[in-house]
Amino acid sequence: MYISGICSIQGRHIWRDGHPVSVPESTVADADFRTHVYDWLNPNYPKFYKMDLPAQLTFLAGEILLRDLPLAAYHPATIGLVLTSGSGSLDTDLRFAASLQTQASPALFVYTLPNIAGGELCIRHTLKGENTVLITPAFDAALLSEHVQQTLQLAGMEACIGGWIEAVNGHHDVFLYLAEKNKRGLGIPHTAHELDKFYQSHYGTVDGGSETPDH
Amino acid sequence: MEDLKRQIIEALNLKHLKPEDIGNDQPLFVEGLGLDSIDALELIVLLQQQYGVKLDNPQDGPTVFLSVRTMAQFITNAKKAKA
Repeated sequence: MYISGICSIQGRHIWRDGHPVSVPESTVADADFRTHVYDWLNPNYPKFYKMDLPAQLTFLAGEILLRDLPLAAYHPATIGLVLTSGSGSLDTDLRFAASLQTQASPALFVYTLPNIAGGELCIRHTLKGENTVLITPAFDAALLSEHVQQTLQLAGMEACIGGWIEAVNGHHDVFLYLAEKNKRGLGIPHTAHELDKFYQSHYGTVDGGSETPDH
Repeated sequence: MEDLKRQIIEALNLKHLKPEDIGNDQPLFVEGLGLDSIDALELIVLLQQQYGVKLDNPQDGPTVFLSVRTMAQFITNAKKAKA
């Protein structure tokens, strides 16, 4: 089993396979980072604007990760997904709770589950295989790699997207990767050590992984 | 109707659209703006919050939310009925 590609997002910084992704500088100082990256990627997917913070970040990471690693050769039912998160949908839960003071928002309510970000990724990339969302206190490479490995070995998947999505109060810490049985792309062994090495190489190297909360 | 279009864009987070992009008679759902069932709920909330108008019969939804024009007509009629 191999890691075919990795996308990390920390604060306003993005890496692909460990290399910085250069997003053209925004001309507006306080431009919304996620919308700016979306405009740059130009995926023509208006539903992006309706997504919450974790779903938007997962979407962007998915776009960057899978641009050069198309999944079209796989049957959708053989592509799995394992996501981990510390806060899950807490960011949206809090916003929804605040909206109850005036008028509960249906659009917010539908994102008040930690598996929605993964669901948006599944819709976008037609992933119909096994999927799992785990809440863990921190990024846990051993746990993540074990679950991805089991998904590939025991659940009969040919490919599996794994990741850590921590997005709350403007804090961005996203790590998304593609694991496959066949070697392509980055093509390094799928081990907890390799995942941890890539994750740790970026974590804490930038501005605390956060931006000014915009909602 | 321009105000209503602005409110729809704001309420539904249609940041990629400007009021002039929405035709008065353009279908809001499916083949038009592509809105979904959650958007319909947001439109009901919009009517209540912005205009104090309630959609009492859910079965009227498809007719009321057909286009911006039909929404505006519904608001006008509901306000007249209240007066």
